[in-house]
Amino acid sequence: MISITNLNKTYATLEGEPIYALSDVNLEIAQGEFVTVVGPSGCGKTTLLKMLAGILEKSSGSILVNGSPIDGPSRKLGVVFQEPLLLPWRNIFQNVMVPVEIQGLDRDKFSSAAKQLLKLVGLDGFGQKYPKELSGGMQQRVGIARALVHDPDFLLMDEPFGALDAMTREQMNLELLDIWAEKKKTILLITHSIAEAVFLADRIVVMSPRPGRITEIIDVDLPRPRDIDIINSDRFGEYVKRVRGHFGARGVDS
Amino acid sequence: MTQDVRKPGRKSRKIGYSHETGLSILLFAVLIIAWEAIVRGFGIPSLIIPTPSAVAASLVKNLGTQSFYYHIGVTLWEILAGFVVGALIGLVIGVTIGQWKLLEKIVYPYVVALQTVPKVAIAPMIIIWFGYGLMSKVVITALIVFFPVVVNCIAGMNAASRQQIEMLQSFTATRWQIFRMVKLQTALPYIFAGLDIGVVLAVIGAIVGEFIGSQAGLGNLLLQKNFSMDTAGSFAIIFVLSAIGIILHRIIHVLRNITIFWAEREGVLANEAT
Repeated sequence: MISITNLNKTYATLEGEPIYALSDVNLEIAQGEFVTVVGPSGCGKTTLLKMLAGILEKSSGSILVNGSPIDGPSRKLGVVFQEPLLLPWRNIFQNVMVPVEIQGLDRDKFSSAAKQLLKLVGLDGFGQKYPKELSGGMQQRVGIARALVHDPDFLLMDEPFGALDAMTREQMNLELLDIWAEKKKTILLITHSIAEAVFLADRIVVMSPRPGRITEIIDVDLPRPRDIDIINSDRFGEYVKRVRGHFGARGVDS
Repeated sequence: MTQDVRKPGRKSRKIGYSHETGLSILLFAVLIIAWEAIVRGFGIPSLIIPTPSAVAASLVKNLGTQSFYYHIGVTLWEILAGFVVGALIGLVIGVTIGQWKLLEKIVYPYVVALQTVPKVAIAPMIIIWFGYGLMSKVVITALIVFFPVVVNCIAGMNAASRQQIEMLQSFTATRWQIFRMVKLQTALPYIFAGLDIGVVLAVIGAIVGEFIGSQAGLGNLLLQKNFSMDTAGSFAIIFVLSAIGIILHRIIHVLRNITIFWAEREGVLANEAT
């Protein structure tokens, strides 16, 4: 379980004036839950994820993961970034093994985990290839396998499919739901696509900018397992409309 | 279908390549012949400019003597030892400065200050300190090689992608792990660029050292030929020195392409780590 209490992030400008990137965020994420965070640029959603990942210091408030406070990177988390961020000098298998090496885990034991994960993300037989030989979608699949290899409880995803074309993106959404169902991880996924946020989530956290804060948390009561046809249902449309209502005519990407 | 499309392209490129090589060789032949014709035609004394055929004859004659190989060996040893010492010190200092930001502010100004001192100007002192033997040439060469390696090493380590570092940090990587897994790899293309510049400068360093004070070596031999007005002999030695430079440059290039197999083959500063 992740509990975020009164979380704040303030930056100082060069003139010394404070910028409130994140203001009084309170959120509880239950074990096994799939939570999406949606909001326009500048609403602090990436700031929130970086603080959860422990690579950005918080200004005030607390983050508890399974009851223990987060004050730096944690082995209980796996992070998927906007870019795949594969290391071009390592082959695909070696890239997936990066967290295992960093955390000094048992190589033999976890190399079979890495191979299984590559199979799960549809890259069986690609282990010896190098990143530049793979498409953007395939690279991001490697990024997902890497985030899962050390068997973390939580998966943090920062607009992981933002750089992909619409069709690959739908495909990746479906695959992610399969991985979630199989691995039973708790997932927090950040996106600026309202449809993606609704399609994946148990709960949608809607954020708004200046200062970055949570404006609504929506329970998504759509049946699982979901397939792509659900996008055309009336209930799906209602959720999309409800989220969009927060952003007015500007849309999310503005 | 793709094969049909690709084949002509590949074929024509291959033809174009051999075509260009042929033209390049032809240009060389034309220049040599023109040189020979002008020197002979205008009756230029061989003391001022020798004919290519005279240079070639001198080269063949030199290559037939044992002492010539001794001189080559001396100079080659100075170049290689100076290069290795300079490059190693450059790498150690470059990596250290690249790893600790504070050092860049404290130490780096002195590294730059050292570079602004003309090596040729301090070479006579180095001969006094380290003698007329090999040691002084190795020191001069190392001093010249050191700088491009340091500068490129630091630039390369600073070029490491911030996002890749954050990715490693999120998996709880230590400073040392970040250095080993990302910074060093990012720096390698830069380091090889520095080594490439360094190895060519190493040839200059060894020759400058020999000019100022030496008992043997190609630079020493070059001075002897110059004093005895053997211009063709001087040209032959310069030819050998150029050949050494080109071969060393090629060796660095091959090592680079083996080590940095993931980067683009062409372009010295190719850096795909984005």
